[in-house]
Amino acid sequence: MIPASFDYEVAESAEHAIALLTEHGDEAKLLAGGHSLIPMMRFRLATPTVLVDVGRLDDLRYINADNGTISIGALTRHSELEHSQLLAQSCPMMASVAALVGDPAVRHRGTLGGTLAHSDPASDLPAAVLALGGTIVARGPGGDREIAATDFFTGYFESALADDEMIVEVRVPAGDAGWNYQKFNRRAQDWAIVGVAVADAGAGVSLVNMGSTPLRASAVEAAVASGASAADAAAVAAEGLQPPSDLNADADYRRHLARVFTQRALNAAGVA
Amino acid sequence: MTMTEPETHVGSPRLRREDPALLTGEAQFIDDMSLHGEIWVGIVRSTEAHATILGVDGSAALEIDGVAEVLSGADLAPLWGEGALPCAWPVTDDMRNPPHLPVATSVAKYVGDAVAVVLATSRYAAADGAAAVSVDYDPLPAVVDVEAAVADGAPLVHEDLGANESYTWPLIPDPEAVDEAFANAAHVVSERYVQQRLIPAPMEPRGVLAAPGVASGELTLYSATQIPHILKVMTAVTLGIPEHKIRVVAPSVGGGFGCKLNVYAEEILCSALAMDRGVPVRWTESRSEAATATIQGRGQVQHIELAADDTGKVQAVRVKLLADMGAYLQLVTPGVPLLGGFLYHGCYDIAHYSFECTSVFTNKTPTDAYRGAGRPEATYAVERAMDSLAVAVGVTPEEIRSRNFIAADAFPYESCAGLIFDSGDYQAVLDKAVEMAGLEGVRADQTQRRADGSNRQIGIGFSSYVEMCGLAPSRVLASLNYGAGGWEAATVRVLPTAKVQVITGSTPHGQGHETSWSMIVADKLGIDPDDVEVLHSDTAISPTGLDTYGSRSLSVGGTAVFMATDKVLDKARLIAAHQLEANEDDLEYVDGSFQVRGTPTASVPFAAIAFAAFTAHDLPEGMEPNLEAHVTYDPPNFTFPNGTHIAVVEVDTDTGDVDIVDYVAVDDCGNQVNPMIVEGQVHGGVLQGAAQALYEDAVYTEDGQIVTVNLGDYLVPSAAEAPAYRVAGHVTPSPTNPMGVKGIGEAGTIAATPAVINAVVDALRPMGVSDVAMPASPQTVWRAINEAQGGAS
Repeated sequence: MIPASFDYEVAESAEHAIALLTEHGDEAKLLAGGHSLIPMMRFRLATPTVLVDVGRLDDLRYINADNGTISIGALTRHSELEHSQLLAQSCPMMASVAALVGDPAVRHRGTLGGTLAHSDPASDLPAAVLALGGTIVARGPGGDREIAATDFFTGYFESALADDEMIVEVRVPAGDAGWNYQKFNRRAQDWAIVGVAVADAGAGVSLVNMGSTPLRASAVEAAVASGASAADAAAVAAEGLQPPSDLNADADYRRHLARVFTQRALNAAGVA
Repeated sequence: MTMTEPETHVGSPRLRREDPALLTGEAQFIDDMSLHGEIWVGIVRSTEAHATILGVDGSAALEIDGVAEVLSGADLAPLWGEGALPCAWPVTDDMRNPPHLPVATSVAKYVGDAVAVVLATSRYAAADGAAAVSVDYDPLPAVVDVEAAVADGAPLVHEDLGANESYTWPLIPDPEAVDEAFANAAHVVSERYVQQRLIPAPMEPRGVLAAPGVASGELTLYSATQIPHILKVMTAVTLGIPEHKIRVVAPSVGGGFGCKLNVYAEEILCSALAMDRGVPVRWTESRSEAATATIQGRGQVQHIELAADDTGKVQAVRVKLLADMGAYLQLVTPGVPLLGGFLYHGCYDIAHYSFECTSVFTNKTPTDAYRGAGRPEATYAVERAMDSLAVAVGVTPEEIRSRNFIAADAFPYESCAGLIFDSGDYQAVLDKAVEMAGLEGVRADQTQRRADGSNRQIGIGFSSYVEMCGLAPSRVLASLNYGAGGWEAATVRVLPTAKVQVITGSTPHGQGHETSWSMIVADKLGIDPDDVEVLHSDTAISPTGLDTYGSRSLSVGGTAVFMATDKVLDKARLIAAHQLEANEDDLEYVDGSFQVRGTPTASVPFAAIAFAAFTAHDLPEGMEPNLEAHVTYDPPNFTFPNGTHIAVVEVDTDTGDVDIVDYVAVDDCGNQVNPMIVEGQVHGGVLQGAAQALYEDAVYTEDGQIVTVNLGDYLVPSAAEAPAYRVAGHVTPSPTNPMGVKGIGEAGTIAATPAVINAVVDALRPMGVSDVAMPASPQTVWRAINEAQGGAS
C-alpha cells in the first residue's frame, strides 16, 4: 500500500521535536522506529500531514541504574533492551519481554518510547512497564512531568500524552523477584493474542490484548495479596473485562486464555 | 559453504548459481525497471461483492497532482472490444463461462473486481487517484458459500447464465460395480471435508510493464509471470496484436506457486493502454491488492466415501465435489479439480472409482492453480478418510495403508481412474518413514501422556501420497479439452570456445533451473557446469516453450535439454570421427574427449570439435557448420512421485495450540539432479502444506467482504514456525523419461496438509474428536475439544 502524502521533519533535539509538535498540533506524529506508524500510514489508517523524526536523538538511547531505579531513554531500541547486561542483572523481565517483540528487524528499529506512546493494547512492553509499576517521563513546552504507568494508558491507542509532549524516559524499579511473561500467539512475529506479565511475585500483574488498553489485572493482584493459590487467582483474571474479538480469538476464548496464561505466569513466577 | 567438485554433478548437491544476484539485490524484478515516459495505472476495485455500477466519478481524483485520466470500464471497453480474458480449459462442451472483461462495465462481481482505472505520472499519484475515485454502487444479493450457491433460489452470480453451476464433470468408469461394492462393504466411511480458500503469497506480488514500439507496432510486455510463452499467445488472441509483434519477458520473478500461471486483467489492460497511448504503461500490485486481484487456491467441499471389506481392503471410492470457481473462470480455473479428479483413490489399489465434480460460481475472487492444484485436495480427502477407516477397522494408520498399497511389483499399474502409474515402492517408502520417525518410541510417549491425562497430548499423522505431474502428454490434454499441449522445448548451442548456451522453454521463478540444467548438460558433455549458460523467460531469446507449473520442468523441460545435448553429441561424434578418420561407431566419449575405443591416444577434445564446427574448415561432406540442436519433447505419460510423510504434533489441550514437534518426509521423486534443491522444495512445500492445515484461510464475511487482506491477518508462517524437517529419498526411477526423474515441486504441499491434520485428530481422538476444520487454529482446536466433551463451545 502507498501512504498518503506527508511532510517530513528531522528533529535535532527533544526540544526541537516539541517545538515542531507545538507548531503543527494534532496534524503531526512523532516517528521513532516506525514499525507501528508506517504500516498504519500505508493502510491509510493514519494520515498525519507531518512526520517529526526523532529516531536520531541518540542522547535518548541509554539504560542506567541508580538507587534501585532503572532509567531507560525513550529512543532505546528493543534489541538494546534485549541484549542489555544491566537489564539482565537488574530487571531481567524488561530484557526478556523485549526479546519477544515482533522479529529481529522490528526489534532493531522499535523503541521503548515509541511502543508506549503508541499505546497498543496488544503490545508486549507496555504490559511489562505496567506490571513493574513503572513511570513515564513526558517532556512538553513547560518541561518534564512524571506519569505513573497505571495512569498512562487512557483508551484504545490513546495515552495521557498531550499533542505537544513526547516521552523522554521510562523508569522501572530494579528487581528480579518472581517475574514471568507469557505471550500466546500463532506466529513468532505476531502480537499477542493474549499476554500476561507478572512482576514481584504477583504483586504486579498485567494483561495484553484483553481490553482497549494494556491492563492491570487488579483482581488477580488482590487475590495473590490475600494468599490465594495461583489457580484461584487466575480464575478471576478476566473478571469484568471486555476483551476484543478478532480472527484469532473471540472474547470468550480470550477470557479462557487469560485464565490459562495467568495461572502459568503465576506458577512460573513462583506463586504456587 | 564450500563443496568439493564431484566428478559427475547430477546427483550431488550444488549451490544455486541464481542466489548471489538474488541475495545481493542485483537481480532485476519488474518494480526495479523503469522506462522513459512511463505512466502508472492505479486500479479502483469494487468494495461490493455484487453490485450494479451506477456511475464512476473521477472529478476528485483529477484534482490530484499527477493524475492524468480516470477511465471507467465503459470508457475502456473499446480497447478490447469483444476480447475477454481467456479460459484455456473448457472442461465440458456445455461449461458455462461468462465473458470476463479486464475492467467491469456494468456489474461488479466480487470485492476486488476492477471497476475503474486511474492513469498517473507516478505510483503514488496513481494510488492517491484511485483512492479518490467515487463509484456509485447499487448492491445486489451476493453468493458467497458454495453450498448455498447450488441451493434452490440462490441469487445468481451471472444472471444471464441461468444457474451458478459452471459444469459437472464425472469420472465413473463402472457405476454398477461401485454401487455393488458399497452394497457389499463390511465398512463404509463417509466424510465431508472443507478445503478453505488460500491466498497465494509469493515474496513478489505481481507487476506489469507494457512498452509499445510506436513505429514498429510491436509490444514488449514485461510481467511477473510463470508463463511468458502462453501469455504471448493469449495477448495476441485477446487484443488482436499479431503474435510475431509481441515479446514477453519475465525478468527475475519472486515466486509464483501457481498464482502467476495466468493471464490477468492487468496484463491485458496495460498492454492495451500502451498500444493505444503509445507510451509505456505499468502497474505494481500491492500486497493487500493481491489478496483479491490475484487468484486464490483450493476452495472445495468434498464428500468422500470408502467401501472396504472386513480386513479394511478398500473396494471402491466415491467422491462428490463442489468446487468454488469464484466469480469468473481464469486461465485454468475449471481444470484444477480435474487434476485431483484422477487421484481420489490415492496410492491404493482400489478397483472401483466414482468421481463427480460440480463447479460453482460465487461472488468471490476467482480460484485457479495453487501449488499442487487439485492433488492436495484429493490427497487430503483420501488420507483423512483412510485414517477414519483405520479406526473403523481397528488397525493402525500404517497398517490400513499397507493393506491397501499398490504393490511394488504391480508397476506399470493401471489405476481405476484410468492412469498408468510409472513406478514406486510405496511400502518401502512407508517403512523408511516409520523407522525414521522412531514410531515405537513416539507411540509409547503418546500412551504415557494419555494415561497421565497430560495437557500436552501427542498426535501422529500419516500421509501417503502419489501425485501425477510432468504435465503432460499432449494427447491426454486433448482428451481433457485443455487448450494447449504439454511438450517442452530446448536448444543446446555450443559456442566457438566450447562454452554452451542452453535455451529452455521452462520459466524458472525460484526453482533453480539454471543450476540444474547446467548440471545435466555438463555431465553429458564432460565440462564444468559453470561453462553452461541457461537462457529463459524471454520470448525473444526462448521463442518456444510452455513454461513452468505442475512440477513439469525437470521431467519435461529437463528431458528436452537432456535430449538436445544428446543430439549435439551425435553431431560432435561425426565431426570427431571425420577428424580421427575413424568409424563413428568405434568412438567413445570419455572425460570430454572422443577417443577410439581401445586407443586412448587417438582422441579429440570437445573444445576442438566446437572450434572445428565454428570454423567449418574441415567438416564431413555436406554437414552444416556449428554445433547446435533443438528438441521439442512431448512426454508419453505423466510421472507419479510418491511418498509417506509423518507429522508428530503436540497439542496443548488447555489452549488448543498445535506444535509440530517432528516431521519426517520420505519422497520418491525418481532420480535427483540436485538433491539440495530437492530438499529445499520439500522444506518449502511441507511448510506450505502445513500452512493450510494450521494457519492460512481467506476469510470472507457472509456478504462477501474479505477480511484477511494483509499478512498480519492472513497468517503465512515463517521460518520460526517451520518444523525441524527430517527428509529422505527413496528412488524408483521413472521409466517414462531417459533421466528417470519425476518431479518434486508440489509433493511437500500435497503430503503435508493431511499429515498434520491426521496428527491433530490422532492426538485428540481419545477426547472424542474425530475431525478438525482447517485451519486448525488454537481457537478451532480448543472448541473441537470442548464440543467433543459436551462442554461449552
